[in-house]
Amino acid sequence: MTKDIREDIAWAQINQDVMKSLENPRKLYWVILFAALMVFSVGIGCEIYQYIEGMGVANMNNPHMWGLYIATFIFWIGMSHSGTLLSAILHLMHADWRKPIYRFAEAMTTFSLMTAGLFVAVHLGRVWQIYYALPYPSERWVWPNFQSPLLWDAMAIFTYLSSSVIFLYIGSIPDFAIARDNIHPGWRKKLYSILALGWEGTDRQWRNFRVTYLTVACFLIPLAVSVHSIVASDFAMSQQPGWHVTSFPPYFVAGALYSGCAAIITLFIILRYVFKFEEYMTLPILKKTVRLTFAIAMVWTYLNCIEFASVWYSHDQVAKDVLIQKATGPYAPFWWAMIFCGSVVPFVMMFKRFQTNIPVMFAVSLLLNLGMWLERWMIVAPTYSHGYYPWTWDHDQWPSLIQWGIVFGSFGWFTLLFMVFCKIVPSVSMYEVKEMVYHRSQATKKKQLGIEGAH
Amino acid sequence: MSVSNLLENWSKFRHTHPVEDKGHPDWEAYPSGLKTDIKWAMAIDLDACTGCNACSVACYAENNLPVVGKEKYAHGQEMHWMRIERYWGEENGEFKAEQGAQFLPMMCQHCEAAPCETVCPVGATNHTEDGLNSQIYNRCIGSRYCSANCPFKVRYFNWYNYPEQEESWPAPMHLQLNPDLTVRTKGVMEKCTFCKQRTYVARNNARNEEREVADGEVQTACQQACPTGAISFGNLHDPSSKVAKQWAQQGVDIIKEVQDKDKEREKMEHEGKEPEKMVRGYRILEELRPYPSVMYLERVREESAV
Repeated sequence: MTKDIREDIAWAQINQDVMKSLENPRKLYWVILFAALMVFSVGIGCEIYQYIEGMGVANMNNPHMWGLYIATFIFWIGMSHSGTLLSAILHLMHADWRKPIYRFAEAMTTFSLMTAGLFVAVHLGRVWQIYYALPYPSERWVWPNFQSPLLWDAMAIFTYLSSSVIFLYIGSIPDFAIARDNIHPGWRKKLYSILALGWEGTDRQWRNFRVTYLTVACFLIPLAVSVHSIVASDFAMSQQPGWHVTSFPPYFVAGALYSGCAAIITLFIILRYVFKFEEYMTLPILKKTVRLTFAIAMVWTYLNCIEFASVWYSHDQVAKDVLIQKATGPYAPFWWAMIFCGSVVPFVMMFKRFQTNIPVMFAVSLLLNLGMWLERWMIVAPTYSHGYYPWTWDHDQWPSLIQWGIVFGSFGWFTLLFMVFCKIVPSVSMYEVKEMVYHRSQATKKKQLGIEGAH
Repeated sequence: MSVSNLLENWSKFRHTHPVEDKGHPDWEAYPSGLKTDIKWAMAIDLDACTGCNACSVACYAENNLPVVGKEKYAHGQEMHWMRIERYWGEENGEFKAEQGAQFLPMMCQHCEAAPCETVCPVGATNHTEDGLNSQIYNRCIGSRYCSANCPFKVRYFNWYNYPEQEESWPAPMHLQLNPDLTVRTKGVMEKCTFCKQRTYVARNNARNEEREVADGEVQTACQQACPTGAISFGNLHDPSSKVAKQWAQQGVDIIKEVQDKDKEREKMEHEGKEPEKMVRGYRILEELRPYPSVMYLERVREESAV
């Protein structure tokens, strides 16, 4: 088997390669940044219009109270999960190969949570009163309703967001110090001096750093699982057919890891190409990520089947009707597209020759995420057009361009944040790559010595 | 501000169970001042309903409901708190029109264990001590979770700033707006209140005159407008009220999730016997256990009467 990383890369070389990604943006960078800004402005424009006119411009109506906003909200929350998987779970499992790629995955976590947070606001009819949902001490002793899954949601997301920002920051401290030491004088040097918190790489600092990093990692894992379980509770705790499903929390968590891993593959390929990180984001690492994604895809497919089966054999006619309507009704093309993208396309990842084929994997990862977005939409929307009450059955509603525009704009916002991140924070963890190289070279040395019989 | 007063405050708003929980004895802010409790309830006789929509119109006039206009109506963004639904009989997948449509007036069922109440993140929809499901417009942030969880889909959202639009109350219609209640701005949820501007007046009058609220003292707008008298409204805790008598006659008990007569009927059907007496009263989607406060009386179809 080929190696995850060459063990003879000089440490100075690592610094140089990664630091290069922080400097001198090429023309393409500005083009992408501008394009992202434009896409985001479309979303902003739509939101301003919706803010002024009212939610009606999104073309929702009485049974169709929730639309693409909630679906896309779940999508972005889901995206955030793989960062934690790579950085925290695989960290605890001592999976070495995560080291060159976890930093941008962790950033993805933070930024997709920030994007998801926007959708909470966009969805609200009176966003200017959003603070009512916070448990702040008020003179009138009015509290939010702690029974509402939506409130748990707000709390879980806020906790998760703040923790993942802390985690991202703590993990970057040694790298900020490297950046501080290597960058030419200027405002950026000052910025890194502040961010590095006086890091000198002493033994004591390293020891404290390890303990802190491990503690936050352990703290983050249950949070990540709980966040998506609580998002699932928004549906599972309600009474609606198609939503009131006991298996939703694990199903959502699996779906979240799935879409997150697919997004990691997408970003992996882009960063590898743009920053010429071929030495660090190697094909064997891609292969491992792809295999992990394939495994999660199968878990997701399994849970999907379980959900259908339990509905089918439940004798719950209403839930069954919703399922039948998903597969045959007006949503059928999207539902089948979801099945195709989510459960059929991943089988491409089974073949060894495709696992390291960059164009194929890029296309597959995009298709997987399309499938996962459709999945969220197919959870939210069809229940409304076929609920308990017959009056709702003939009230189909197609989302307006305003809704699509805001969904579209959110991708611009995410890209924007990520592009800025790439130029400020080293997107490959330098100190951990060095560790990895060091461990590898030690291992080879040992092996050689073993062969020579010199110990 | 401590956790204990948070919990105390909270418990005032929350029932644990509609049957065991006897309401709010320490409801200091709004004491009813009445000797007997009030539980507002309704009975609607579908046999009497002709589908004339007078109730719906009356509701528009009484509750300041905006007329949204043709275009918004086509988008399903209308605000009719009281809606008349039409159902046709079906045989082998084909609609049978000769019997005519069956009509069903649908409005908020004021469930005792309302699915909408528990899910609101800000507690904008609550149970009142007289058994109503109330909506606090000022508190609502428009998450629309209540409507998502409402099995009857009777909650209406202000998709636009309806009071500002021209067609809501074109002149001189704006002069007939009811001063006893507000108009609602964009982004809040609203729904049938059982005409609470009327029930509260009756309650206050009764308290001031140191008597009970008499049966028939309060009429809801829909009830008042119904030409066939299909709707009756009153206090279910007052055994002499018409509503309480109707509920009792029909064997529908508000605190039961499955009515005894239905259990019995099911048992007899299981044993292959014809049920002796058919009673018409039922509550919609009772099996979901929201404990609705509206009882419907089934329509007697010509074919079954022959």
